[in-house]
Amino acid sequence: MTTTLPAYDEVVARYEPVIGLETHVELGTNTKMFCGCPTDFGGEPNTRVCPVCLGLPGSLPVANKAAIEAIIRIGLALNCSIAEWCRFARKNYFYPDMPKNFQISQYDEPICVDGFLDVEVGGETVRIEIERVHLEEDTGKTLHVGGATGRIHGATESLVDYNRAGIPLVEIVTKPITGTGALAPDVAKAYVAELRDVIRTLGVSDVRMEEGSLRCDVNTSLNLPGAEWGTRTETKNVNSLRSVERAVRSEMLRQASVLDAGGRITQETRHFHEDTGDTTPGRSKETATDYRYFPEPDLVPIAPDPAWVAELKAALPELPRVHRRRLQEQWGLSDLDMQSVLNAGAVELIEATVAAGTTPAAARKWWLGELSRRANESGVELAEIGATPAQVAELQGLVDAGKLNDKMARTVLEGVVDGEGSPTEIMTNRGLEVVSDTGALTAAVDEAIAANPGIADKIRSGKVAAVGALVGAVMKTTRGQADAKTLRELILERLGVQG
Amino acid sequence: MAAISREEVAHLARLSRLAVTEEELDTFAGQLDVILQAVAQVGEVAAADIPPTSHSVPLTNIFREDVVTPCLTPEEALSGAPDAEDQRFRVPRILTEDVAS
Repeated sequence: MTTTLPAYDEVVARYEPVIGLETHVELGTNTKMFCGCPTDFGGEPNTRVCPVCLGLPGSLPVANKAAIEAIIRIGLALNCSIAEWCRFARKNYFYPDMPKNFQISQYDEPICVDGFLDVEVGGETVRIEIERVHLEEDTGKTLHVGGATGRIHGATESLVDYNRAGIPLVEIVTKPITGTGALAPDVAKAYVAELRDVIRTLGVSDVRMEEGSLRCDVNTSLNLPGAEWGTRTETKNVNSLRSVERAVRSEMLRQASVLDAGGRITQETRHFHEDTGDTTPGRSKETATDYRYFPEPDLVPIAPDPAWVAELKAALPELPRVHRRRLQEQWGLSDLDMQSVLNAGAVELIEATVAAGTTPAAARKWWLGELSRRANESGVELAEIGATPAQVAELQGLVDAGKLNDKMARTVLEGVVDGEGSPTEIMTNRGLEVVSDTGALTAAVDEAIAANPGIADKIRSGKVAAVGALVGAVMKTTRGQADAKTLRELILERLGVQG
Repeated sequence: MAAISREEVAHLARLSRLAVTEEELDTFAGQLDVILQAVAQVGEVAAADIPPTSHSVPLTNIFREDVVTPCLTPEEALSGAPDAEDQRFRVPRILTEDVAS
Protein backbone atom coordinates (compact mmCIF):
# COMPACT_ATOMS: atom_id res chain seq x y z
CA MET A 1 0.00 0.00 0.00
CA THR A 2 1.49 3.32 -1.02
CA THR A 3 -0.39 6.20 0.51
CA THR A 4 1.15 9.59 0.94
CA LEU A 5 1.40 10.37 4.63
CA PRO A 6 0.21 13.77 5.81
CA ALA A 7 2.71 16.21 7.28
CA TYR A 8 3.27 15.80 11.04
CA ASP A 9 2.43 19.44 11.78
CA GLU A 10 -0.92 19.06 10.05
CA VAL A 11 -1.70 15.86 11.92
CA VAL A 12 -1.12 17.38 15.36
CA ALA A 13 -3.06 20.48 14.35
CA ARG A 14 -6.13 18.35 13.59
CA TYR A 15 -5.87 15.37 15.96
CA GLU A 16 -5.04 14.79 19.61
CA PRO A 17 -2.87 11.75 20.34
CA VAL A 18 -3.33 9.49 23.35
CA ILE A 19 -0.43 7.20 24.12
CA GLY A 20 0.25 4.51 26.67
CA LEU A 21 3.34 2.46 27.38
CA GLU A 22 3.85 -1.04 28.66
CA THR A 23 7.43 -1.70 29.58
CA HIS A 24 8.93 -5.05 30.49
CA VAL A 25 12.09 -5.18 32.55
CA GLU A 26 14.02 -8.40 33.12
CA LEU A 27 15.35 -8.33 36.67
CA GLY A 28 19.02 -8.97 37.27
CA THR A 29 18.50 -11.57 40.00
CA ASN A 30 20.89 -14.51 40.19
CA THR A 31 18.10 -17.01 39.73
CA LYS A 32 14.74 -17.30 38.02
CA MET A 33 11.44 -16.15 39.50
CA PHE A 34 10.24 -19.48 40.82
CA CYS A 35 13.25 -21.81 40.72
CA GLY A 36 17.00 -21.77 41.31
CA CYS A 37 18.11 -21.85 37.65
CA PRO A 38 20.65 -19.14 36.81
CA THR A 39 19.60 -16.15 34.68
CA ASP A 40 22.87 -15.34 32.89
CA PHE A 41 22.54 -14.27 29.29
CA GLY A 42 23.65 -16.34 26.32
CA GLY A 43 23.99 -19.93 27.58
CA GLU A 44 23.69 -22.96 25.27
CA PRO A 45 20.02 -23.83 24.60
CA ASN A 46 18.18 -25.58 27.46
CA THR A 47 21.10 -25.55 29.87
CA ARG A 48 19.36 -23.28 32.43
CA VAL A 49 16.27 -25.38 32.99
CA CYS A 50 14.87 -27.57 35.75
CA PRO A 51 11.62 -29.41 36.45
CA VAL A 52 9.99 -26.20 37.79
CA CYS A 53 10.65 -23.91 34.80
CA LEU A 54 9.96 -26.80 32.40
CA GLY A 55 6.60 -27.29 34.11
CA LEU A 56 7.19 -30.99 34.73
CA PRO A 57 4.47 -32.79 36.69
CA GLY A 58 4.85 -32.61 40.47
CA SER A 59 7.16 -29.60 40.49
CA LEU A 60 6.18 -26.56 42.54
CA PRO A 61 7.25 -22.92 42.19
CA VAL A 62 8.56 -20.85 45.11
CA ALA A 63 8.88 -17.06 44.71
CA ASN A 64 12.36 -15.50 44.66
CA LYS A 65 12.65 -13.07 47.59
CA ALA A 66 15.15 -10.88 45.75
CA ALA A 67 12.66 -10.38 42.90
CA ILE A 68 9.89 -9.41 45.33
CA GLU A 69 12.24 -6.94 46.97
CA ALA A 70 13.29 -5.53 43.58
CA ILE A 71 9.73 -4.90 42.39
CA ILE A 72 8.77 -3.23 45.67
CA ARG A 73 11.78 -0.93 45.29
CA ILE A 74 10.77 -0.15 41.68
CA GLY A 75 7.22 0.57 42.87
CA LEU A 76 8.48 2.87 45.61
CA ALA A 77 10.79 4.73 43.21
CA LEU A 78 7.77 5.24 40.93
CA ASN A 79 5.73 6.64 43.83
CA CYS A 80 3.34 3.68 43.86
CA SER A 81 1.29 2.26 46.71
CA ILE A 82 2.46 -1.20 47.66
CA ALA A 83 -0.33 -3.74 48.03
CA GLU A 84 -0.79 -5.09 51.54
CA TRP A 85 -1.84 -8.42 50.10
CA CYS A 86 -1.78 -9.74 46.54
CA ARG A 87 -1.61 -12.95 44.54
CA PHE A 88 -0.07 -14.37 41.44
CA ALA A 89 -2.40 -15.49 38.66
CA ARG A 90 -2.21 -17.95 35.81
CA LYS A 91 -2.48 -16.50 32.33
CA ASN A 92 -3.54 -19.36 30.08
CA TYR A 93 -2.73 -19.36 26.40
CA PHE A 94 -1.81 -21.80 23.69
CA TYR A 95 1.71 -21.08 22.55
CA PRO A 96 4.85 -23.10 23.25
CA ASP A 97 7.01 -20.27 24.64
CA MET A 98 5.91 -21.40 28.11
CA PRO A 99 6.11 -25.15 28.66
CA LYS A 100 3.27 -25.11 31.21
CA ASN A 101 0.74 -23.67 28.73
CA PHE A 102 0.34 -20.77 31.08
CA GLN A 103 2.46 -17.93 32.37
CA ILE A 104 2.52 -17.04 36.04
CA SER A 105 1.68 -13.35 36.16
CA GLN A 106 -0.46 -10.98 38.18
CA TYR A 107 -3.93 -9.96 37.13
CA ASP A 108 -6.32 -7.91 39.23
CA GLU A 109 -3.99 -7.73 42.24
CA PRO A 110 -0.70 -6.17 41.09
CA ILE A 111 1.89 -5.62 43.81
CA CYS A 112 2.34 -1.88 43.03
CA VAL A 113 -0.40 0.54 41.91
CA ASP A 114 -1.10 4.23 41.28
CA GLY A 115 2.30 5.84 40.94
CA PHE A 116 3.84 8.50 38.76
CA LEU A 117 7.09 9.43 37.10
CA ASP A 118 7.98 13.02 36.24
CA VAL A 119 9.90 13.50 33.00
CA GLU A 120 11.38 16.59 31.40
CA VAL A 121 10.37 17.34 27.84
CA GLY A 122 11.23 20.59 26.09
CA GLY A 123 11.90 22.34 29.39
CA GLU A 124 8.55 21.27 30.84
CA THR A 125 7.87 18.65 33.47
CA VAL A 126 5.32 16.08 32.33
CA ARG A 127 3.86 13.80 34.98
CA ILE A 128 3.31 10.28 33.66
CA GLU A 129 0.78 8.40 35.77
CA ILE A 130 1.64 4.79 36.45
CA GLU A 131 -1.32 2.44 36.51
CA ARG A 132 0.40 -0.68 37.83
CA VAL A 133 3.67 -2.51 38.25
CA HIS A 134 3.44 -6.27 38.43
CA LEU A 135 5.65 -9.32 38.46
CA GLU A 136 5.56 -12.20 36.01
CA GLU A 137 7.91 -14.70 34.42
CA ASP A 138 9.62 -14.26 31.08
CA THR A 139 8.98 -16.70 28.25
CA GLY A 140 11.28 -19.02 26.32
CA LYS A 141 12.65 -18.23 22.90
CA THR A 142 11.08 -19.82 19.85
CA LEU A 143 12.91 -20.26 16.57
CA HIS A 144 10.67 -20.87 13.58
CA VAL A 145 12.05 -23.29 11.04
CA GLY A 146 10.92 -24.87 7.81
CA GLY A 147 10.10 -21.57 6.13
CA ALA A 148 12.50 -19.51 4.07
CA THR A 149 12.51 -16.47 6.32
CA GLY A 150 12.81 -17.76 9.86
CA ARG A 151 9.68 -15.77 10.64
CA ILE A 152 6.54 -17.51 11.82
CA HIS A 153 4.85 -17.06 8.43
CA GLY A 154 5.72 -20.02 6.30
CA ALA A 155 7.38 -21.92 9.14
CA THR A 156 6.32 -25.48 9.74
CA GLU A 157 8.05 -26.15 13.06
CA SER A 158 9.20 -24.19 16.08
CA LEU A 159 12.32 -24.97 18.09
CA VAL A 160 12.15 -23.82 21.69
CA ASP A 161 14.87 -22.87 24.15
CA TYR A 162 13.58 -22.42 27.72
CA ASN A 163 16.68 -20.76 29.21
CA ARG A 164 14.82 -17.45 29.45
CA ALA A 165 11.54 -19.03 30.60
CA GLY A 166 10.94 -18.10 34.21
CA ILE A 167 13.34 -15.14 34.48
CA PRO A 168 11.60 -12.51 36.63
CA LEU A 169 9.96 -9.88 34.50
CA VAL A 170 8.49 -6.64 35.80
CA GLU A 171 5.72 -5.05 33.75
CA ILE A 172 5.18 -1.33 34.18
CA VAL A 173 1.99 0.09 32.68
CA THR A 174 1.19 3.78 32.35
CA LYS A 175 -2.26 5.27 32.43
CA PRO A 176 -3.28 6.81 29.10
CA ILE A 177 -1.12 9.89 28.50
CA THR A 178 -3.18 12.75 27.08
CA GLY A 179 -2.68 16.40 26.24
CA THR A 180 0.89 16.11 24.99
CA GLY A 181 -0.04 16.99 21.38
CA ALA A 182 2.92 17.30 19.04
CA LEU A 183 5.27 16.28 21.85
CA ALA A 184 3.72 12.80 22.24
CA PRO A 185 6.63 10.97 20.55
CA ASP A 186 9.16 12.90 22.67
CA VAL A 187 7.18 12.27 25.84
CA ALA A 188 7.14 8.54 25.09
CA LYS A 189 10.90 8.51 24.56
CA ALA A 190 11.59 10.67 27.62
CA TYR A 191 9.45 8.38 29.78
CA VAL A 192 11.25 5.21 28.72
CA ALA A 193 14.63 6.93 29.15
CA GLU A 194 13.70 8.16 32.63
CA LEU A 195 12.29 4.77 33.61
CA ARG A 196 15.47 3.09 32.40
CA ASP A 197 17.59 5.52 34.43
CA VAL A 198 15.49 4.96 37.56
CA ILE A 199 15.75 1.19 37.27
CA ARG A 200 19.47 1.32 36.55
CA THR A 201 19.94 3.56 39.59
CA LEU A 202 18.12 0.99 41.71
CA GLY A 203 20.57 -1.63 40.43
CA VAL A 204 17.84 -4.23 39.86
CA SER A 205 18.37 -4.72 36.13
CA ASP A 206 20.96 -3.83 33.52
CA VAL A 207 18.04 -2.43 31.42
CA ARG A 208 19.75 -2.98 28.08
CA MET A 209 17.25 -2.53 25.27
CA GLU A 210 19.53 -4.17 22.70
CA GLU A 211 19.79 -7.34 24.80
CA GLY A 212 16.08 -7.35 25.49
CA SER A 213 16.25 -6.76 29.24
CA LEU A 214 14.11 -3.65 28.64
CA ARG A 215 11.30 -4.06 26.12
CA CYS A 216 8.58 -1.66 25.23
CA ASP A 217 5.09 -1.84 23.72
CA VAL A 218 3.54 1.45 22.65
CA ASN A 219 -0.20 2.14 22.45
CA THR A 220 -1.27 4.98 20.20
CA SER A 221 -4.61 6.48 19.20
CA LEU A 222 -5.84 9.71 17.67
CA ASN A 223 -9.05 11.61 18.27
CA LEU A 224 -10.54 14.87 17.08
CA PRO A 225 -10.34 17.66 19.68
CA GLY A 226 -13.12 17.23 22.21
CA ALA A 227 -14.16 13.84 20.82
CA GLU A 228 -13.85 10.48 22.56
CA TRP A 229 -10.55 8.65 22.37
CA GLY A 230 -9.94 6.82 19.16
CA THR A 231 -9.29 3.11 18.66
CA ARG A 232 -5.77 2.27 19.73
CA THR A 233 -3.14 0.06 18.24
CA GLU A 234 -0.37 -1.66 20.18
CA THR A 235 3.06 -1.50 18.56
CA LYS A 236 5.43 -4.24 19.67
CA ASN A 237 9.10 -4.86 18.97
CA VAL A 238 10.15 -1.34 19.91
CA ASN A 239 13.68 -1.96 21.08
CA SER A 240 15.55 1.33 21.33
CA LEU A 241 14.79 4.76 22.73
CA ARG A 242 14.93 6.28 19.30
CA SER A 243 12.47 3.65 18.08
CA VAL A 244 9.99 4.53 20.83
CA GLU A 245 9.83 8.06 19.44
CA ARG A 246 9.75 6.90 15.82
CA ALA A 247 7.08 4.28 16.49
CA VAL A 248 4.68 6.81 18.05
CA ARG A 249 5.30 9.34 15.30
CA SER A 250 4.92 6.85 12.48
CA GLU A 251 1.74 5.39 13.99
CA MET A 252 0.26 8.88 14.42
CA LEU A 253 0.94 9.63 10.75
CA ARG A 254 -0.46 6.29 9.59
CA GLN A 255 -3.62 6.58 11.67
CA ALA A 256 -4.17 10.17 10.50
CA SER A 257 -3.96 9.09 6.87
CA VAL A 258 -6.51 6.31 7.50
CA LEU A 259 -8.87 8.68 9.35
CA ASP A 260 -8.44 11.43 6.74
CA ALA A 261 -9.55 8.99 4.06
CA GLY A 262 -12.71 8.27 6.06
CA GLY A 263 -11.46 4.89 7.25
CA ARG A 264 -11.46 3.45 10.75
CA ILE A 265 -8.59 2.19 12.85
CA THR A 266 -8.55 -1.52 13.58
CA GLN A 267 -7.64 -2.48 17.13
CA GLU A 268 -4.62 -4.65 16.50
CA THR A 269 -1.05 -5.46 17.37
CA ARG A 270 1.46 -3.89 14.99
CA HIS A 271 5.15 -4.58 14.58
CA PHE A 272 7.76 -1.86 14.41
CA HIS A 273 10.57 -2.18 11.89
CA GLU A 274 13.86 -0.59 12.85
CA ASP A 275 15.05 -0.33 9.23
CA THR A 276 12.08 1.48 7.70
CA GLY A 277 10.79 3.15 10.87
CA ASP A 278 7.19 2.15 10.17
CA THR A 279 4.76 -0.41 11.53
CA THR A 280 2.97 -3.32 9.87
CA PRO A 281 -0.11 -5.13 11.15
CA GLY A 282 0.28 -8.22 13.30
CA ARG A 283 -2.54 -10.21 14.78
CA SER A 284 -5.91 -8.49 14.80
CA LYS A 285 -7.53 -8.24 18.21
CA GLU A 286 -11.07 -8.32 16.86
CA THR A 287 -11.59 -11.65 18.58
CA ALA A 288 -10.84 -10.61 22.14
CA THR A 289 -8.15 -12.70 23.78
CA ASP A 290 -9.35 -14.90 26.59
CA TYR A 291 -6.55 -15.76 28.97
CA ARG A 292 -8.83 -17.29 31.63
CA TYR A 293 -6.84 -15.78 34.48
CA PHE A 294 -7.29 -17.37 37.87
CA PRO A 295 -5.33 -17.21 41.15
CA GLU A 296 -2.19 -19.36 40.99
CA PRO A 297 -2.93 -22.18 43.46
CA ASP A 298 0.72 -23.26 43.72
CA LEU A 299 1.94 -19.96 45.20
CA VAL A 300 0.77 -18.42 48.45
CA PRO A 301 -0.23 -14.74 48.55
CA ILE A 302 2.34 -12.00 49.09
CA ALA A 303 1.72 -9.70 52.06
CA PRO A 304 4.76 -7.41 52.36
CA ASP A 305 5.43 -6.41 55.96
CA PRO A 306 4.87 -2.62 56.14
CA ALA A 307 8.04 -2.32 58.22
CA TRP A 308 10.04 -4.02 55.46
CA VAL A 309 8.49 -1.72 52.83
CA ALA A 310 9.32 1.33 54.97
CA GLU A 311 12.88 0.08 55.32
CA LEU A 312 13.22 -0.37 51.54
CA LYS A 313 11.78 3.10 50.98
CA ALA A 314 14.21 4.72 53.39
CA ALA A 315 17.12 2.97 51.65
CA LEU A 316 16.25 4.09 48.09
CA PRO A 317 19.24 5.70 46.36
CA GLU A 318 19.26 9.26 45.03
CA LEU A 319 16.95 9.07 42.00
CA PRO A 320 18.03 10.38 38.57
CA ARG A 321 16.00 13.60 38.68
CA VAL A 322 17.51 14.66 41.99
CA HIS A 323 20.93 13.47 40.86
CA ARG A 324 20.67 15.51 37.65
CA ARG A 325 19.69 18.62 39.52
CA ARG A 326 22.79 18.22 41.67
CA LEU A 327 25.00 17.73 38.59
CA GLN A 328 23.45 20.75 36.88
CA GLU A 329 24.46 22.84 39.85
CA GLN A 330 27.99 21.37 39.95
CA TRP A 331 28.47 21.90 36.23
CA GLY A 332 27.00 25.41 36.38
CA LEU A 333 24.50 24.83 33.57
CA SER A 334 21.29 26.69 32.80
CA ASP A 335 18.04 24.69 32.57
CA LEU A 336 18.25 24.92 28.80
CA ASP A 337 21.84 23.68 28.66
CA MET A 338 21.02 20.82 31.01
CA GLN A 339 18.05 19.97 28.83
CA SER A 340 20.25 19.64 25.77
CA VAL A 341 22.62 17.38 27.73
CA LEU A 342 19.61 15.29 28.72
CA ASN A 343 18.15 15.19 25.21
CA ALA A 344 21.46 13.97 23.90
CA GLY A 345 21.50 11.16 26.47
CA ALA A 346 24.83 12.52 27.68
CA VAL A 347 24.35 12.97 31.45
CA GLU A 348 26.12 9.81 32.54
CA LEU A 349 28.74 10.10 29.81
CA ILE A 350 29.69 13.62 30.84
CA GLU A 351 29.60 12.63 34.50
CA ALA A 352 32.01 9.76 33.84
CA THR A 353 34.27 11.96 31.71
CA VAL A 354 34.42 14.55 34.47
CA ALA A 355 35.17 11.76 36.95
CA ALA A 356 38.10 10.80 34.70
CA GLY A 357 39.60 14.25 35.20
CA THR A 358 38.14 16.50 32.49
CA THR A 359 36.47 19.84 33.22
CA PRO A 360 32.66 19.80 32.85
CA ALA A 361 32.85 22.37 30.04
CA ALA A 362 35.31 20.33 27.97
CA ALA A 363 33.45 17.07 28.58
CA ARG A 364 30.19 18.69 27.51
CA LYS A 365 31.83 20.18 24.41
CA TRP A 366 32.96 16.78 23.08
CA TRP A 367 29.82 14.81 23.91
CA LEU A 368 27.34 17.42 22.64
CA GLY A 369 29.53 18.49 19.70
CA GLU A 370 31.46 16.01 17.59
CA LEU A 371 30.12 12.87 19.24
CA SER A 372 26.44 13.84 19.13
CA ARG A 373 26.87 14.81 15.50
CA ARG A 374 28.38 11.42 14.67
CA ALA A 375 25.66 9.60 16.67
CA ASN A 376 22.94 11.46 14.76
CA GLU A 377 24.59 10.73 11.43
CA SER A 378 24.78 7.01 12.12
CA GLY A 379 21.42 6.86 13.90
CA VAL A 380 22.73 5.33 17.12
CA GLU A 381 22.45 6.30 20.77
CA LEU A 382 25.28 8.47 22.03
CA ALA A 383 26.26 5.80 24.56
CA GLU A 384 26.76 3.33 21.70
CA ILE A 385 28.87 5.65 19.55
CA GLY A 386 32.10 3.72 20.23
CA ALA A 387 33.92 6.39 22.24
CA THR A 388 34.12 5.97 26.01
CA PRO A 389 34.30 8.66 28.70
CA ALA A 390 37.85 7.47 29.47
CA GLN A 391 38.89 8.05 25.84
CA VAL A 392 37.31 11.50 25.76
CA ALA A 393 39.15 12.38 28.97
CA GLU A 394 42.40 11.09 27.44
CA LEU A 395 41.81 13.21 24.33
CA GLN A 396 41.18 16.34 26.36
CA GLY A 397 44.32 15.55 28.35
CA LEU A 398 46.32 15.64 25.10
CA VAL A 399 44.75 18.98 24.22
CA ASP A 400 45.50 20.39 27.66
CA ALA A 401 49.10 19.20 27.38
CA GLY A 402 49.42 21.16 24.12
CA LYS A 403 50.01 18.01 22.07
CA LEU A 404 46.84 18.37 20.02
CA ASN A 405 45.15 21.51 18.79
CA ASP A 406 41.39 21.66 18.48
CA LYS A 407 41.27 20.68 14.85
CA MET A 408 43.60 17.72 15.33
CA ALA A 409 41.65 16.61 18.39
CA ARG A 410 38.52 16.40 16.24
CA THR A 411 40.36 14.24 13.73
CA VAL A 412 41.63 11.96 16.50
CA LEU A 413 38.11 11.69 17.93
CA GLU A 414 36.80 10.62 14.52
CA GLY A 415 39.44 7.89 14.64
CA VAL A 416 38.30 6.80 18.11
CA VAL A 417 34.70 6.52 16.91
CA ASP A 418 35.88 4.53 13.90
CA GLY A 419 37.62 2.08 16.23
CA GLU A 420 41.21 2.98 15.37
CA GLY A 421 42.32 2.76 19.00
CA SER A 422 42.98 5.11 21.89
CA PRO A 423 43.52 8.84 21.29
CA THR A 424 47.26 8.50 22.00
CA GLU A 425 47.60 5.58 19.59
CA ILE A 426 45.73 7.43 16.86
CA MET A 427 47.78 10.57 17.41
CA THR A 428 50.98 8.55 17.03
CA ASN A 429 49.80 6.39 14.13
CA ARG A 430 48.53 9.31 12.12
CA GLY A 431 51.52 11.52 13.00
CA LEU A 432 49.18 14.14 14.39
CA GLU A 433 51.22 15.92 17.02
CA VAL A 434 51.48 19.67 17.42
CA VAL A 435 54.91 20.74 16.17
CA SER A 436 56.47 22.07 19.34
CA ASP A 437 60.05 21.62 18.16
CA THR A 438 60.87 25.34 18.00
CA GLY A 439 63.76 24.75 15.61
CA ALA A 440 61.56 23.22 12.94
CA LEU A 441 58.87 25.79 13.57
CA THR A 442 61.30 28.71 13.44
CA ALA A 443 62.60 27.47 10.10
CA ALA A 444 59.07 27.29 8.75
CA VAL A 445 58.34 30.80 10.04
CA ASP A 446 61.48 32.25 8.48
CA GLU A 447 60.61 30.58 5.22
CA ALA A 448 57.11 32.09 5.28
CA ILE A 449 58.51 35.56 6.07
CA ALA A 450 60.97 35.29 3.17
CA ALA A 451 58.22 34.15 0.80
CA ASN A 452 55.88 36.99 1.78
CA PRO A 453 58.03 40.11 2.12
CA GLY A 454 55.06 42.47 1.56
CA ILE A 455 53.08 41.02 4.46
CA ALA A 456 56.18 40.98 6.67
CA ASP A 457 56.68 44.71 6.00
CA LYS A 458 53.07 45.46 6.86
CA ILE A 459 53.44 43.73 10.20
CA ARG A 460 56.72 45.50 10.89
CA SER A 461 55.03 48.83 10.20
CA GLY A 462 52.44 48.08 12.90
CA LYS A 463 49.62 46.25 11.11
CA VAL A 464 49.79 43.30 13.50
CA ALA A 465 46.45 41.93 12.23
CA ALA A 466 48.20 40.88 9.03
CA VAL A 467 49.99 38.18 11.02
CA GLY A 468 47.06 35.87 10.25
CA ALA A 469 48.24 35.44 6.67
CA LEU A 470 51.65 34.23 7.85
CA VAL A 471 50.07 31.93 10.46
CA GLY A 472 48.03 30.45 7.62
CA ALA A 473 51.10 29.98 5.47
CA VAL A 474 53.01 28.18 8.23
CA MET A 475 49.98 26.03 9.05
CA LYS A 476 49.95 24.98 5.43
CA THR A 477 53.61 23.91 5.40
CA THR A 478 53.28 22.12 8.78
CA ARG A 479 49.98 20.45 7.70
CA GLY A 480 48.10 22.14 10.52
CA GLN A 481 50.26 20.60 13.19
CA ALA A 482 51.26 23.84 14.91
CA ASP A 483 49.56 25.58 17.76
CA ALA A 484 48.16 28.82 16.35
CA LYS A 485 48.82 30.87 19.47
CA THR A 486 52.45 29.74 19.79
CA LEU A 487 52.93 30.33 16.09
CA ARG A 488 51.60 33.88 16.24
CA GLU A 489 53.96 34.75 19.07
CA LEU A 490 56.90 33.20 17.24
CA ILE A 491 56.23 35.13 14.01
CA LEU A 492 56.01 38.43 15.87
CA GLU A 493 59.19 37.59 17.75
CA ARG A 494 61.07 36.82 14.50
CA LEU A 495 59.85 40.11 13.04
CA GLY A 496 60.86 41.96 16.18
CA VAL A 497 57.33 43.26 16.77
CA GLN A 498 55.54 43.46 20.12
CA GLY A 499 52.26 41.44 20.18
CA MET B 1 -30.38 -22.79 34.33
CA ALA B 2 -27.28 -24.60 33.16
CA ALA B 3 -24.00 -23.61 34.85
CA ILE B 4 -22.18 -23.85 31.52
CA SER B 5 -23.59 -23.50 28.02
CA ARG B 6 -22.81 -25.58 24.96
CA GLU B 7 -21.29 -22.44 23.37
CA GLU B 8 -18.98 -21.95 26.33
CA VAL B 9 -17.77 -25.52 26.05
CA ALA B 10 -17.13 -24.99 22.33
CA HIS B 11 -15.20 -21.80 23.14
CA LEU B 12 -13.04 -23.58 25.71
CA ALA B 13 -12.41 -26.42 23.29
CA ARG B 14 -11.22 -23.93 20.67
CA LEU B 15 -8.93 -22.17 23.18
CA SER B 16 -7.48 -25.56 24.15
CA ARG B 17 -7.11 -26.60 20.50
CA LEU B 18 -9.30 -29.66 21.07
CA ALA B 19 -11.23 -31.03 18.11
CA VAL B 20 -14.62 -31.71 19.67
CA THR B 21 -17.48 -33.11 17.58
CA GLU B 22 -21.04 -31.78 17.78
CA GLU B 23 -22.11 -34.91 19.68
CA GLU B 24 -19.21 -34.60 22.11
CA LEU B 25 -20.19 -30.98 22.78
CA ASP B 26 -23.58 -32.17 23.96
CA THR B 27 -22.01 -34.87 26.12
CA PHE B 28 -19.33 -32.64 27.69
CA ALA B 29 -21.67 -29.72 28.23
CA GLY B 30 -23.97 -32.04 30.17
CA GLN B 31 -21.16 -33.59 32.21
CA LEU B 32 -19.43 -30.29 32.98
CA ASP B 33 -22.75 -28.80 34.00
CA VAL B 34 -23.26 -31.53 36.60
CA ILE B 35 -19.76 -30.95 37.99
CA LEU B 36 -20.16 -27.17 38.13
CA GLN B 37 -23.58 -27.43 39.77
CA ALA B 38 -22.08 -29.68 42.43
CA VAL B 39 -19.23 -27.25 43.07
CA ALA B 40 -21.66 -24.33 43.11
CA GLN B 41 -23.36 -25.82 46.18
CA VAL B 42 -20.36 -24.62 48.19
CA GLY B 43 -21.36 -21.07 47.33
CA GLU B 44 -24.84 -21.67 48.75
CA VAL B 45 -23.57 -22.57 52.21
CA ALA B 46 -20.82 -19.93 52.33
CA ALA B 47 -22.14 -16.87 54.11
CA ALA B 48 -21.24 -13.35 53.05
CA ASP B 49 -18.57 -13.15 55.75
CA ILE B 50 -16.60 -16.06 54.28
CA PRO B 51 -14.14 -14.83 51.65
CA PRO B 52 -13.50 -16.93 48.51
CA THR B 53 -10.65 -19.36 49.03
CA SER B 54 -7.82 -19.51 46.52
CA HIS B 55 -5.38 -21.45 48.70
CA SER B 56 -6.01 -24.35 51.01
CA VAL B 57 -3.28 -23.33 53.45
CA PRO B 58 -3.46 -20.01 55.33
CA LEU B 59 0.11 -18.95 54.59
CA THR B 60 1.67 -15.86 53.02
CA ASN B 61 5.20 -14.80 52.03
CA ILE B 62 6.79 -18.15 51.32
CA PHE B 63 9.99 -17.09 49.57
CA ARG B 64 13.29 -18.68 48.68
CA GLU B 65 16.70 -17.03 48.76
CA ASP B 66 18.20 -15.97 45.42
CA VAL B 67 20.70 -18.82 45.29
CA VAL B 68 21.50 -20.90 42.21
CA THR B 69 20.64 -24.60 42.38
CA PRO B 70 21.72 -27.28 39.88
CA CYS B 71 19.91 -27.47 36.55
CA LEU B 72 19.05 -30.48 34.45
CA THR B 73 21.44 -31.36 31.64
CA PRO B 74 20.03 -30.60 28.18
CA GLU B 75 19.83 -34.38 27.60
CA GLU B 76 17.75 -34.80 30.75
CA ALA B 77 15.61 -31.77 29.89
CA LEU B 78 14.85 -33.09 26.40
CA SER B 79 14.51 -36.75 27.40
CA GLY B 80 10.73 -36.54 27.75
CA ALA B 81 10.18 -34.38 24.68
CA PRO B 82 8.35 -35.95 21.73
CA ASP B 83 10.90 -34.38 19.39
CA ALA B 84 14.05 -32.27 19.60
CA GLU B 85 16.46 -30.55 17.23
CA ASP B 86 19.62 -28.52 17.88
CA GLN B 87 19.22 -29.06 21.63
CA ARG B 88 15.81 -27.43 21.45
CA PHE B 89 12.27 -28.71 21.91
CA ARG B 90 10.73 -29.23 18.51
CA VAL B 91 7.00 -28.50 18.25
CA PRO B 92 4.54 -27.92 15.43
CA ARG B 93 4.22 -24.24 14.52
CA ILE B 94 1.48 -22.40 16.35
CA LEU B 95 -0.21 -19.50 14.66
CA THR B 96 -2.84 -16.91 15.51
CA GLU B 97 -2.45 -16.87 19.31
CA ASP B 98 -0.47 -14.10 20.89
CA VAL B 99 2.61 -14.79 22.95
CA ALA B 100 2.49 -13.89 26.61
CA SER B 101 3.54 -10.57 28.13
